[in-house]
Amino acid sequence: MNIFDRLMLIDRRWVFLFLVIVSVFAYVADFQVPIMVEPEVRNIYRFIDTLPIGSVVFLPLDYDPGSMAELHPMTFAIVEQCWRKELKVLITALSQNGPGMADEALRKLVDSMKVPRTYHGITYPAREIVNGVDYVFLGYKPYPAMVILGMGQNFRLPFPLDYYGTPLDSLPMMRGLFNYDDIACAINISGTNATDFWISYGQGRYGFPLAIGVTGVSTAQYYPYYGSGQLFGIMGGMLGAAQYEELADNAGNAKGAMRVQLSAHLVIIAFVIMGNIGFFATMRKRKREKIEGRR
Amino acid sequence: MDFTTFLWTTFGAFLTLCIFSFLYKDNPFYKFAEHLFVGLSAGYFAMILWHNGLIPKLMFERLDDGNWYFLWVDSSKWWYLVPALLGILMWTRFSKKYQWVSRWPLAMYIGIGAGTAIPAEMRARVNEQLSAMMREINWSHFFGTDGVNLLDTASGLSQLIVFVGALCALIYFFFSKAHTGVIGGMAKFGIWILMIGFGASFGFTVMARISLFINRMQFLDQQWITTAHNTAQTPNPNYHWGYPALFYSLLVLALAYILWELISFLRRRAGSETKQAM
Repeated sequence: MNIFDRLMLIDRRWVFLFLVIVSVFAYVADFQVPIMVEPEVRNIYRFIDTLPIGSVVFLPLDYDPGSMAELHPMTFAIVEQCWRKELKVLITALSQNGPGMADEALRKLVDSMKVPRTYHGITYPAREIVNGVDYVFLGYKPYPAMVILGMGQNFRLPFPLDYYGTPLDSLPMMRGLFNYDDIACAINISGTNATDFWISYGQGRYGFPLAIGVTGVSTAQYYPYYGSGQLFGIMGGMLGAAQYEELADNAGNAKGAMRVQLSAHLVIIAFVIMGNIGFFATMRKRKREKIEGRR
Repeated sequence: MDFTTFLWTTFGAFLTLCIFSFLYKDNPFYKFAEHLFVGLSAGYFAMILWHNGLIPKLMFERLDDGNWYFLWVDSSKWWYLVPALLGILMWTRFSKKYQWVSRWPLAMYIGIGAGTAIPAEMRARVNEQLSAMMREINWSHFFGTDGVNLLDTASGLSQLIVFVGALCALIYFFFSKAHTGVIGGMAKFGIWILMIGFGASFGFTVMARISLFINRMQFLDQQWITTAHNTAQTPNPNYHWGYPALFYSLLVLALAYILWELISFLRRRAGSETKQAM
């Protein structure tokens, strides 16, 4: 048995163990990985950055705890940028387990705004973020397509009350805010197929500017919509979140995780190359043995 | 951090390790965590649906007199009775005699769904995509909008690749003509385009899976370890020795299982060797 035969017989658990060791080592080690920002992520950042004070950014957060790793950093980076720029944020969660995620993110973000921070050399003072003034969280309603169409007429149709049970009309931020005509843009951060509904029933029907932040698994399938102009930006998985953090000068969990991503990917690529060499070498050996057997 | 919060965080850390134990093999710890996750998700979803869908819309209403009314419908929203009735009819599926009645609400549901979906989907997924594929090439941005950037999806080069790629991929699925000559070459190029697409999806999927692992490492490091240990770097005013003790006793339980697995594996191997010797 030569080295290639041995390679083909390696127990997959050794691969997992090696990957875990490399990932933990990269997590503990303190080195930075350069992050190249793609235009599709930069478009979202620039769009928000150039909005006038008081504009409303609509943020449907349609993800469950399973997608938290990739999508939570996007939510944190975008909402913080909006609040530092004194924009208002309207939030929904059209995924079943989404309201809890959105509520947790909002509580943490409200706390983080109580501290002055410096981004790109500009110091932003501490701010008290007020529910109903700086943001409104509408909550969850089933059947995303119907809810999206309903909000196109009036946000009050599917959501007469906000997530905390307050009537929308009694919230200062909702004065003059009726439907998609009154928002600057929508950025759908989603780990479900709700993105399809936002493209077809939201942007397709009402024509508002739409960008998305999606999990790595579904990123590739949404690029055609970016190419066609239906989306003005895409953030794909943890890499997209890291690029946004890099642009916003707001290093978070995604940017810090890139060194682990890089190390893990290098290990996987090395194993793929080794596996292929082993596969082709054993195939060649078998062919040779077959020819020799015929002789 | 109070003890209750810590308890749940510790339980979360333990469940994280339980799930990762599947990488070794299927085991009772993994099964426990998996069943707990599925059960919790279903229960949570049922409650969310109940409180966000049924209660505010239909089932219970608290009036000014302070009383709750079952199936109360506001006189200005009398039409809510129609979906309520259709919803109740769905339950006739449990009766063999009357299950045919459940087809009415289903037919209504499918009809409304199709009527809403077809024009929206045709516009967003077919018309817009077709028009984007046939758009005039922007020669001024042929190599990218921000200087030379061959990966810029808004560049003319990208438009050209999309047009040729989509055409060749469609030809690959066109079976009314033999894939020989020019058609064969285009079909082959179509396969390459499809493979590049699948490869990109696979690459993103690998990144997503690694992200999940990184997130769990961040959870263990940022939320559990920093609160469970009273180190100089992370002083915890509410620290109690019982915090880490609980987690480590759960770990001992897991290690005991691994040891038991190892012993039974060695016994099985010794048994098979004795059989071979006989």
